[in-house]
Amino acid sequence: MTIMGAVAAELYSLGHRANFFYLEHAMGLASSIGLGIALSQPSRKVVVIDGDGSVLMNLGGLTTLARSRPRNLVHLIFDNETLLSVGGGAPGGYRWFTTATSTGTDLAGIAAAAGVPHARTVRDLEEFEAAALDALNGNELSCIVAKVEAEMPTSFQMDIHMLENRFEFPRALQLEIKGGVNERKDRLKRSDGTFRATRVGRRGRS
Amino acid sequence: MPVSVGNSQLVYDAIKHAGVKLVSALPETWLVHLIRMADEDPEMTLVRLAKEEEGVGVSAGAHFAGVKSAMLMQNHGFLQAINGIVGISLLYKIPLLMLITDRGGFGEKDPWQTEGGKHTRPVLDALHIAREDLTRPDEVEPRLAKAMALAQSSLSPVALLLGRDLMWEEPR
Repeated sequence: MTIMGAVAAELYSLGHRANFFYLEHAMGLASSIGLGIALSQPSRKVVVIDGDGSVLMNLGGLTTLARSRPRNLVHLIFDNETLLSVGGGAPGGYRWFTTATSTGTDLAGIAAAAGVPHARTVRDLEEFEAAALDALNGNELSCIVAKVEAEMPTSFQMDIHMLENRFEFPRALQLEIKGGVNERKDRLKRSDGTFRATRVGRRGRS
Repeated sequence: MPVSVGNSQLVYDAIKHAGVKLVSALPETWLVHLIRMADEDPEMTLVRLAKEEEGVGVSAGAHFAGVKSAMLMQNHGFLQAINGIVGISLLYKIPLLMLITDRGGFGEKDPWQTEGGKHTRPVLDALHIAREDLTRPDEVEPRLAKAMALAQSSLSPVALLLGRDLMWEEPR
């Protein structure tokens, strides 16, 4: 599950899979959709990729997530301290419209105070990778706030219509899919169901 | 409390017969028994929301995962959830069964309920959301089954307005 904008475009550019859903509207509700999936399919690991602007629109959702406490949900929040994708990083100026995380609001602190059992902030790639693997291999609701730079993706273009994504996604969730887009994930999965680390290369920007 | 236990049970049984496995809710007086029934039922997942709009997301997630769900709310809960309904249910064509306790109509004694009740039907109609009233016990089961059928076939939100005559028993 991802939110709209830069997060969706970045994930898409790394390679789309049938079990990815990009919520192109309804800011704040990606974690609510993730909660619905996690409660409905407790044996599936659900990863919600969120942003500071979206989370700030649905702070109450953090409390609902925490009290429902789905142990199969990992909440990743990329915090660029800006409403980048909805115009906050527009040509009007770098980080033209910041969010409250730029003035001290601590999303991991809010998640922890809401009752999310594991909530932490990470600031570099190594720390992020370790925290993400911990969360994926753990059996507890966790929240990772990754502080990132407010940088536009090279393109917002995604060659999949939102309705195509909308119908493909539940098919992937409701069927055992062998091979195809899930093949790579399977290679990263150990026989005991945990995930091994993969080298994340820094993508060049031209 | 003069909220009808018997008719709440009828509505709850109809929800179950429609295949609902997950209910998201915020309390309001007329919903107290319905929410309690969902809470006490081991076969039902009850999601206690902080704000109704979240329930639209939760229901969408359940639908993606192959689970039928319903939302329990009041007029103001519906009005609160509009952006989610437009930005998820309508935009993405996702079934959503909404049970809205219909406060603010004839017989309403709470002044604060009178405005939200007035605007619920016009807003539903403006969004072209199919709606029907539930006011009589004998229409609960068939109408709820038909509402679920339409939500699933049209991939749209559908609203049932739970009326005073069904939910409230005036103390004598």
